[in-house]
Amino acid sequence: MRQLIIRRLLQTIPMLIFVSIACFAMVKLAPGDPVLSFVTPNMHAEDIERIRHNLGLDKPAYVQYLIWIKEILSGNLGYSLINHQPVLDQIVERLPATAGLMGVSIGLAFLLAIPLGLIAGANRNRWVDKLINLFSYIGISVPLFWLAMLLMYFFSVKLHWLPSMGMRTIGIHSVFDVIKHGILPCFVLAFGFLAVYVRYIRSSTIGQLKEDYVQIQYAFGSTKRTVLFRHVLKHVLLPVITLLGMSLADLVTGAIVTETVFSWPGIGSLGMTAVRGMDYPVIMGITLFSSVMLIVGNLVADILYGIADPRIKTRG
Amino acid sequence: MNRSKWRSVGHELFTNGLGIAGLVIIVVFSLAAALAFLSPQDPNALNVMERLKLPSAAHWFGTDDYGRDYFTRALYGGRVSLMVGFASMILATGIGVVVGVVSGYFGGFIDNLLMRFLEIVMSIPSFLILLLLSVFLKPSVGNIIVIISLLMWMSIARIIRAETMSIKEREYVLYAQASGQNAFGIIGKHIVPNLIPVIIVGATNNIASAIMMESSLSFLGFGVQAPNATWGSMLNNAQGYIAQAPYLALFPGLFILLTVLSFNVLGDILRVGFEPKLIKR
Amino acid sequence: MTERLLTVDSLKVSFDTRAGENQAVRGVSFHIDEGETLGIVGESGSGKSVTAKALLGLISPPGKVIGGEILYHGESLTGLSEKQWRSIRGNRIAMVFQDPMTALNPVKKIGAQMTEVIARHRGLKKAEALKEAIRMLSEVGINEPERRVEQYPHEFSGGMRQRVMIAMALSCQPELLLADEPTTAIDVTIQAQILDLLKELKDKSRMSVVLITHDLGVVAQVCTRVIVMYGGMVMEEGLVDDIFFRPGHPYTQGLLRSLPKRDGGSRERLVPIEGSPPDLINPPPGCPFIERCPHAFGKCVERPPLFELGNGQRAMCWLLDKEAKTGE
Repeated sequence: MRQLIIRRLLQTIPMLIFVSIACFAMVKLAPGDPVLSFVTPNMHAEDIERIRHNLGLDKPAYVQYLIWIKEILSGNLGYSLINHQPVLDQIVERLPATAGLMGVSIGLAFLLAIPLGLIAGANRNRWVDKLINLFSYIGISVPLFWLAMLLMYFFSVKLHWLPSMGMRTIGIHSVFDVIKHGILPCFVLAFGFLAVYVRYIRSSTIGQLKEDYVQIQYAFGSTKRTVLFRHVLKHVLLPVITLLGMSLADLVTGAIVTETVFSWPGIGSLGMTAVRGMDYPVIMGITLFSSVMLIVGNLVADILYGIADPRIKTRG
Repeated sequence: MNRSKWRSVGHELFTNGLGIAGLVIIVVFSLAAALAFLSPQDPNALNVMERLKLPSAAHWFGTDDYGRDYFTRALYGGRVSLMVGFASMILATGIGVVVGVVSGYFGGFIDNLLMRFLEIVMSIPSFLILLLLSVFLKPSVGNIIVIISLLMWMSIARIIRAETMSIKEREYVLYAQASGQNAFGIIGKHIVPNLIPVIIVGATNNIASAIMMESSLSFLGFGVQAPNATWGSMLNNAQGYIAQAPYLALFPGLFILLTVLSFNVLGDILRVGFEPKLIKR
Repeated sequence: MTERLLTVDSLKVSFDTRAGENQAVRGVSFHIDEGETLGIVGESGSGKSVTAKALLGLISPPGKVIGGEILYHGESLTGLSEKQWRSIRGNRIAMVFQDPMTALNPVKKIGAQMTEVIARHRGLKKAEALKEAIRMLSEVGINEPERRVEQYPHEFSGGMRQRVMIAMALSCQPELLLADEPTTAIDVTIQAQILDLLKELKDKSRMSVVLITHDLGVVAQVCTRVIVMYGGMVMEEGLVDDIFFRPGHPYTQGLLRSLPKRDGGSRERLVPIEGSPPDLINPPPGCPFIERCPHAFGKCVERPPLFELGNGQRAMCWLLDKEAKTGE
């Protein structure tokens, strides 16, 4: 087990290095000279050169990369080209909105997906399975932004039940208000995740139910329900750990489109604004951040899987 | 690939109500997109007098904010959406098959290198890159196809690699190797023909995700640019008129949903059909 | 006088397939007495495992019991509700399966899997059930059972896992144990130990055992009576000694010829039976063995009855009918 963790940790290091190089290259290769954003019309050529020198942009690329890495490791992700705020501060400021929205959506989707997937898998090809299956097909095929628009139309425009924009009503500071704003985006995201999870759990339930040990449980007088909840559930939950690990990155950037539709002030809309304004340091910062989250998420999932699955745990 | 496999696919397809529906939808939409020029209306003709008209006999889907016939725009939009879907699928599948076969067949150092590269590409949040690239490159249809393909080849490469590795161990391949056939001959003669089911299934799923990506991109305003329409950009436009003209949002979204749904359903049916052992008890 | 435990009368089981109705069991009749060990011998596809599953009411779609009767202590089991079946399964009739590697849930501890069954049928508390599980494990010859109940299946060897399965099957003191190829998937060197264990455990109780196998050698070691199945039918039935020394059916004779002699000395060549088992979607109307039988003649296209050979031995073959023979 310890070996597994160490091996996975070591695998992670080159990944992180390469991802950082990719991010760095992205900013370097981007069209446009970053110095120009500091230039005012009445500057002299020497001034521009001095800024370039101060920014370290006249050094060879690999030196710039090393300096950049050193800065990142000390928590400096650079400054926005547009509002000149530190990138890290902006990400940290937006993180709770996104993490909260995604956390609730993923959590909800997960909790609903387990019973739905198990029921569908256990009643394969009966009407309840067909219904759940059709629903999950729609869930993976529906453009979420379109679903968002429809919901907005019914619940905000027609019924006036829920707000369609933002996270707070200006001037009101209550949790209830935030929840009210969050219902629609949360529903949209949860719907998308739910469909993916249900499909996953359904097919893995079907697979498990064909296993010998399940058939044998029946021969020992088990009911279908006992088999499902005492035996199959654990098998089905194991791979879901991996799914959840991958969702860690989604906590950061999974919701670009949905956040944009609902003007949810999270990292997704920060990213959108940055892309529209060609704000490379911010884009790079978000990319790096979510890549790291993805790598770490996979790492955590692998380790958790190792702890949860006795076959891996005892193998040493 | 033998005959019985195709027969089993046919059986799965035609005994499954969803499968038939999916096939019909794809055929109808493709024909409608291909024959869009038969519509008497010009998709880009402005008509201020006819702004935001509800669906009627003259304008089946109504008109948009510039008075353009929405039905005709939806036909032309479908043309772009479907074309981007198919073209990206072909490109992405091509890249995926090459990488997967090379990696799986040769193994060793090349395999290691390609797979590490793939892992890195996969660990970068793709949608953000998609947006960024479409800003870097000018958002033409061709560029969008390339960008989407570059973000989509990884999953099929993985599947192809695994499949190649298993085919490589079969006796007729070992025999061909022992009898001194060169690697590319073996790949062309023995490996690729056996990969066809996997490729077809992967490609079908790829079309679905390509269409979805293109729609999202166009919806955010980074896709195909005005005055040309795609279903995604039509939705982008409809967003501003959601209160006055909700039908503008209804039709393009429904088309995306039906198209993507059909391809997803077909992909699953093909997979079950090609691997009958999956459904046996 | 021993009592009849179970009677199977003209059992028919079919499976719906795409190609048509697969008639896996086509009218099988036999009985099991209390305390006896019955062998059911046949090749794969002969219907022996399906028959065993039917005895537990475990035929599930696409399979279906389409005819016949199973009497247990004289009472019919056909038409029992799912709930009534569950009170029998693992409790009064238990089963041991072929592959111990896949028979246990890999992510649950041995103890938990055993206590679940014990607690269900004997209504014991968890702690008591665990004690009982430990006792059963030591009964089947597993050392340090207190430690072993805390382990997972992958920490046991194949033979050990089969011992666990046997312990689990016997934990509720069933009246009938169905053992479906219990040694087939196990290392050859361990097979004899498992058979000895079964024999030993059987002798300790009044339990009846049905041993399903393709191996007549195994039957000779443990069984008192045997039925030979082929193509979904019973070809021959009788005491093991009678069947081995005076096989009545050409199929049984063929099986015996394909068996390696264990008495050394004569170095006879093993003679496998030529051909393959019948297609059960379109089974031959007469004797199912007709296509592979060296003695087949005109009469064999009709289905033969069972001919009594004395001492309870019966075989389904026209060769045993004097009239049919003379008519040739």
